[in-house]
Amino acid sequence: MDLIISFGTALVALLICLQVTVLLLWVERKGSALIQDRVGANRANLFGGLLPFNLGIVNTMIADPLKLLTKEDIIPAGADRFLHWLAPWVAVFPLFLTFAVVPFGDVLVIGEREINLQAVGLSGGILFVLAMLSLGVYGVIVGGWASNSRYAFLGGVRGSAQMISYEIAMGLALVSVALTYGTLDLQHIARAQGQLMWGVVPAWGIFYQPVAFVLLFIAGIAESKRAPFDLPEAESELVAGFQTEYSGSKMSMFMMSDFIEVAIVAALTTTLFFGGWQVPFLYRDGFHFPGGLTVAIPSLVVTLLQIVSFLVKLFVFCWIQILIRWSLPRLRYDQLMAFGWKTLLPVGLANVVASAVLLLLLEGWTGT
Amino acid sequence: MNPYAALLINAALCALVATVLLFLSRILGRRHASKVKYEVFETGNPPIGSLRGTRFPVKFYLTAILFIIFDIEVVFMYPWAVAYRQLGWFGLAEMGAFMAVLAVGFAYIWRVGALEWN
Amino acid sequence: MILFWIIAVFSIASALTVILHRNPVYCALALVMALFQVALMFVALDAHLIALLQVIVYAGAIVVLFLFVIMLLSLEPDVPHPGRYGIRSVSIAVAVALGIEIGVAVVASKPGPLVAAPSDFGSTQMVAESLFTAHVLPFELTSVLLLVAMVGAVVMARRRA
Repeated sequence: MDLIISFGTALVALLICLQVTVLLLWVERKGSALIQDRVGANRANLFGGLLPFNLGIVNTMIADPLKLLTKEDIIPAGADRFLHWLAPWVAVFPLFLTFAVVPFGDVLVIGEREINLQAVGLSGGILFVLAMLSLGVYGVIVGGWASNSRYAFLGGVRGSAQMISYEIAMGLALVSVALTYGTLDLQHIARAQGQLMWGVVPAWGIFYQPVAFVLLFIAGIAESKRAPFDLPEAESELVAGFQTEYSGSKMSMFMMSDFIEVAIVAALTTTLFFGGWQVPFLYRDGFHFPGGLTVAIPSLVVTLLQIVSFLVKLFVFCWIQILIRWSLPRLRYDQLMAFGWKTLLPVGLANVVASAVLLLLLEGWTGT
Repeated sequence: MNPYAALLINAALCALVATVLLFLSRILGRRHASKVKYEVFETGNPPIGSLRGTRFPVKFYLTAILFIIFDIEVVFMYPWAVAYRQLGWFGLAEMGAFMAVLAVGFAYIWRVGALEWN
Repeated sequence: MILFWIIAVFSIASALTVILHRNPVYCALALVMALFQVALMFVALDAHLIALLQVIVYAGAIVVLFLFVIMLLSLEPDVPHPGRYGIRSVSIAVAVALGIEIGVAVVASKPGPLVAAPSDFGSTQMVAESLFTAHVLPFELTSVLLLVAMVGAVVMARRRA
């Protein structure tokens, strides 16, 4: 029985990941169109235009992936065949797995059973996320190398150098979070944000670690090689960087890895800084407003509300990332690296020290 | 249930989905071998020189080494952060010393210009 | 127990690939696999924190460095040298001797009295408390070690450039 539940939560986590990714594809296209004051993709239609209306989002969501997946799979001459197949797999697999530790709800109570709505309740959750992101670098390096193309190779090397530079900043931001909550388990951190500060304001992480939030968000965007940090795959510069020689589903897997990372950064920020699935004033048995008003709600509805809350927050942060991509100009590669090493790293270190000192001052002397 | 067993289930599922995705265009797409398609893209000109002879700036090597060093530093901070409240001021002092030494190193490499990219 | 044998088989397979394969990039990737197996071993031994750190630092950072170096030097796939039988037989002999020595040491050693490990053995909390109280000195020395590595890397890289 445990096995089935575990498989169920795993499936849900993966489905959230996949659905969000496909949705993001459409949101990106339409959203960028909105920002750039144009219409965007609206030509995909069913049955060759027989229907008098265009289903819009559905068509694009089906047509886009279908188009990509039915393209011919080309491996350039002289390329390493095994590595060419391996690279997109290695790019995507750790990112899928990261969603396994993201809590998308509190508990689902079915009869006597309490199911923790997190596919894997790892006590070292934050470290696991960091580990998976570290593994994501290989997709880029191997992808660039396996193509036997100078553009791809250089793109791959520059991309991976960028990724590892910003991983340190992310790690430091996450250290401050671990410092604040005293745990690495994402579900515990999400639960800890259910308390109220001064009886009124929900104790979300953003109030405790605003610097870490900014740091994590920026480093996350840089890690996923999105604009304004996307020189390694800048469409007008290095062709498609390390993705140049890929076509068909392998190409779509690299594009997916881009969107999955957007989703991961969004999921991390909501879980660590914005309460994850927490709805303000909502507890397991209903609402408890600060004025004393209590509304009892059945636990299934509570769970549903929490899952919806998580998804809404996830989308807000995905949208913010899309907004950032289409608003800011691209950083030059040396500016990019300088920013990662000379700005984010010292800020991260300073934040850790400051948080540590503040923590001890505010919570009193515990001594040795 | 052991969380690592759940992790294994997750990993198997993700690996399966990733593999299916990988081979989808092989299955769904067309396959016409044509010599031109297999040429490597270099804006129309035939590729010059072999990939093997590409000169590769040393800066990348330096970035990777510095990454390892700072990664190890960050990794030491995690157990410290989790047990921080038990370690108290002494813990802060220890980590402070650790970070100070590395900060000196960081300042040195900054001054020396190892973080420059042109 | 089954897990141990599965991990063992994969470890040995990856390790052999690292040594025997001709293409250095494949060797580096096999190294990642081997290090991953070590991390799985740590999990099987309840050392959860170390398992994750193993993946982050070893499999995620150090092999990246190896790959960078391999690509930096554009290492050609290895071609077996025909005239090197002297060195090859010596190295095989040394490896066999080492194997025998390790085997004898393992078989002849008697494990100490079994002590029940505390329930949170290997957890982050426990490692931290142990590391920062009983083993502070090695920890601080590590920082000096890292400093030396940093400065050394920079000096060497600049001399090359």
